[in-house]
Amino acid sequence: MEQVARRVAEAGAETVAEAAEPASAAAPDTSVPSRPVRSAARAKRWLLLHRAEIRAVVVGAISLALFLLAWHLLTKYRVNMHVRFTNVPSPAAVLEKFERAMHDSKFLMHVLLSCRRIVLGFLLAAVIAIPLGLIMGRFRLAREMIFPVTEVLRPIPAIAWVPMSIMLWPSNEESIIFITFLGSFFPILINTLHGMSLVDPVLVRAAQCLGARETSIFRDVYFPATLPHVFTGLTVGMGVAWVSLIAAEMISGQFGIGYFTWEAYSLVQYADIVLGMICIGVLGLGSSAIIRGLGKLAMPWRRE
Amino acid sequence: MIPATKSEQPRGHIEVADFALSYDTIDGAVEAVTKANVHVEPGEFVSIVGPSGCGKSTLLNAVAGFLKPTSGTVTLDGEAIDGPSADRGMVFQQYSLFPWKTVRENVEFGLKMRGMDRFNRERAARTLLGLAGLSAFESHYPERLSGGMKQRVGIVRALATGPKVLLLDEPFGALDAQTRVIMQQILTNMWQRLKISVLFVTHDIDEAIFLSDRVYCMTARPGTIKAEIAIPLERPRQQAMMMSSEFLALRRGLMSLIREESLKAMGGEVDDLALQGLSIDLRGQTLADVV
Repeated sequence: MEQVARRVAEAGAETVAEAAEPASAAAPDTSVPSRPVRSAARAKRWLLLHRAEIRAVVVGAISLALFLLAWHLLTKYRVNMHVRFTNVPSPAAVLEKFERAMHDSKFLMHVLLSCRRIVLGFLLAAVIAIPLGLIMGRFRLAREMIFPVTEVLRPIPAIAWVPMSIMLWPSNEESIIFITFLGSFFPILINTLHGMSLVDPVLVRAAQCLGARETSIFRDVYFPATLPHVFTGLTVGMGVAWVSLIAAEMISGQFGIGYFTWEAYSLVQYADIVLGMICIGVLGLGSSAIIRGLGKLAMPWRRE
Repeated sequence: MIPATKSEQPRGHIEVADFALSYDTIDGAVEAVTKANVHVEPGEFVSIVGPSGCGKSTLLNAVAGFLKPTSGTVTLDGEAIDGPSADRGMVFQQYSLFPWKTVRENVEFGLKMRGMDRFNRERAARTLLGLAGLSAFESHYPERLSGGMKQRVGIVRALATGPKVLLLDEPFGALDAQTRVIMQQILTNMWQRLKISVLFVTHDIDEAIFLSDRVYCMTARPGTIKAEIAIPLERPRQQAMMMSSEFLALRRGLMSLIREESLKAMGGEVDDLALQGLSIDLRGQTLADVV
């Protein structure tokens, strides 16, 4: 190594001197303002640089405000034009319910229980589907054996599994987690498999030429190359997990936010229906944000 | 780290003998390369030129161990090549850096595969990168580098493990003309210091003459060696040499060899006559007149 290093050093030193490619010129983000800029000017520059983002936030806020206003007006005047807003609760009524619910341990229990089911079902799906997809992508026999079965089962919506699930599992809780699991399992598996099929074979060759054996090719090439698709699968899978969970809770649950929403309808607690819906929306949004964040952490080379 | 060279055995002697490779198709076997004989002496710089699709990359991939010959033998220092290994470093046209590894991690990869510990690996990679003028970029991801820098990393990565031979498959094909000339100089400099055998595939005749000790010229498919030309130009070579009469004579010779083959590769309709006819038709007129 020493030898190579020295020889390459000599070779490099000459050629670099010749090379009309000064390192500093090619570095895009190493330029720092030469003089210290005063904080007011800096703030101005920051605003200027981020004006697209600021604009998006402002427009988004206006859009949400308009939506709330429309909702408010439609319910205040109890509009009835084929679509009936007669019984729809107003934003104020929902807000009041929300404040009360925040101090209601029963409501929080519903939310926590749904979250627990999502975490268990989704994690189980990820832990099984990702390795399975990687193995199916790498070994043809595994793919040929497993793929036909998954293709037959995949089009069946998770909700259609409710009766079967109740038969299969001894407790209600387990069958609901199983349905959540099924919802996220297939998107994760299919995306992982797809990612494996797109791995650049030249990168595999490059690794082989550097002395990599099967395990390191798997770990250092196939896995990181597939990771972006795995995260696409996780994002889609999380969405479907919520859909499946809420449906399962509405049909066979005794707890959970889906059950809460359905029960509110039976008990004529109209504001609770909307509270449940908004809660589901926020939880879904939050869980996909968590996955996006994890994706950024796991794939630092894809930043910006 | 580098295998002990004390016993001064010849290292990096490539011998390709009676090489043939064919693919099976529905119409039967199609020959990509036939009866090719190529050798590279230890420390020699040898190029293969030929029209596109002539099988020069096929030949290189067989030396790398990715393809097995249908008949004939491929040996390195007398031993038959059986699959890819780190004793044959390879540089690809598409750079093929691992996008998820930083520049330094890319260079370290081969060393890691041999089980070198992290400390020594980092030190070795830093030294090599410093020498290739890439120190400032060691923690960048490849995506942020220019093509020339990427290929510099590619070459350094292939050399880091101390291979016996370096195989290059049109490594500068995707670079602009200026960067390409600089990269050619970097490569010759490294090669001269390392005394490593090089097998270089290109379709650029100037590049082949400028870099090589010998140049093989291949025929159109099925590819075989049409001619072997020694390049007696002295070293170190300067860019100015590309204007010398000696260089131009070599260039003319190779050009006419390749031209025949390129026309053959393009099919029967395009022969010399047709091309001449085209230029006669256009004589005295601008393209706009014709169209």
